[in-house]
Amino acid sequence: MPKLIKRCLPVLVGAGAVALGALIAAAWVRTQENGGAMTRAVLEALPDSGVSNPVTAVLLNFRGFDTLLEVAVLMLTLIAVWALDLRLPRTEALPPSPVFSSLLRFSGPLLVVIAGYLLWVGASEPGGAFQAGAVLAGGCLLLRLAGRWNPGARFVRWAVSVGLLVFLLTAIAMPVLTGGLLQYPPASAGMWILLIETAATVSIAAILAALFVAREPEGPRR
Amino acid sequence: MMVADLYALVGVVLFVMGLSALILRSRDLQRILGLNIMGTGVFMLLVTSAHGDGQAADPVPHAMVLTGIVVAVSATAFALALSLARERHK
Repeated sequence: MPKLIKRCLPVLVGAGAVALGALIAAAWVRTQENGGAMTRAVLEALPDSGVSNPVTAVLLNFRGFDTLLEVAVLMLTLIAVWALDLRLPRTEALPPSPVFSSLLRFSGPLLVVIAGYLLWVGASEPGGAFQAGAVLAGGCLLLRLAGRWNPGARFVRWAVSVGLLVFLLTAIAMPVLTGGLLQYPPASAGMWILLIETAATVSIAAILAALFVAREPEGPRR
Repeated sequence: MMVADLYALVGVVLFVMGLSALILRSRDLQRILGLNIMGTGVFMLLVTSAHGDGQAADPVPHAMVLTGIVVAVSATAFALALSLARERHK
C-alpha cells in the first residue's frame, strides 16, 4: 500500500497544485473587475508625500511601517545566519584574484556613482534604497573577493544596524512632531524620506554583503 | 486574450510548478529553488495586477513586490545557511 501511495503522490500533488492554480487564476480575474481605487487614493495623496514617485511614496510614507519591519527582517536574518556559526572558510584567506582586482578598478567607482544616482532618483523615478543597496552590495562583494577589504567587526555592526536605527528614531520622533506614527510633516517629508533611504541603503548593502560572507566578523564582544 | 492575462497565466504556472517541486523534491536546494519559483510567480501576478489599462499603474502592488523580493532574498539566505548547517552536523 505505501508503495502505491508513493507512486500516486506526484499525480495527487500535481492535481492539487493545478486546482490551487485554477483558484488563484479565478481570484485574479475577479480582482481585475474592481481595480483603480487604490491608484486614485495614492495619486490624490501624492503631493503631500514629499516625493513624486508613487512607489517610493507608498514604501516610505503611506506604508512606512511595512518598510520599517522589512529592514528589521533583513537584520534578523543576518543575526540568525551569524548565530548558526557555519565556520565557512574565510574569504580573505583565498588568494586575491587579479580578475576581480582589474574588474574592480573600473567598475568600483562606477558602482558607487550608480548607487548614489539610484538613491537620489528614487524620489521621482523608479529607484530607491533597495536598488541602490543591491548595487552597493555588489561593489562590497567585489572588494571582498578581490582581497582588498576586510572590514572590522565594529564597522560591520554599525553599517548593518544604522538603517534600522535611523528608521526607528524617526518613528519615535514623528509622534512628537506630527502626532502620527511615521507620519512626516508634509513640508519636510522629502528630507525625512531621503534621510531614511540613505541610512537604509548603507544597511541593505552591508546586510546583503554580510549574508554572502555568512560569517560573523571577529572582534570585540560585549 | 490580453497580454496581461498571459503574464498572469505564466505567474500561476510558475506558482504551481514551484509548489509541486517544494512538495515532491527531497533535496534542500531543490526545495529552496521551488520556493523561489513560487515567489516569482506571486510577484509576477502582483505586478500584472497593477496594470491600469493604459492609465497610471497601481503603485501599491509594486511596493509589495519590492518588499517581497527583499523578504524572499533573506528567507533564501537563511534557508541555505540552515541547509549548510544541517550538512555540517550530519
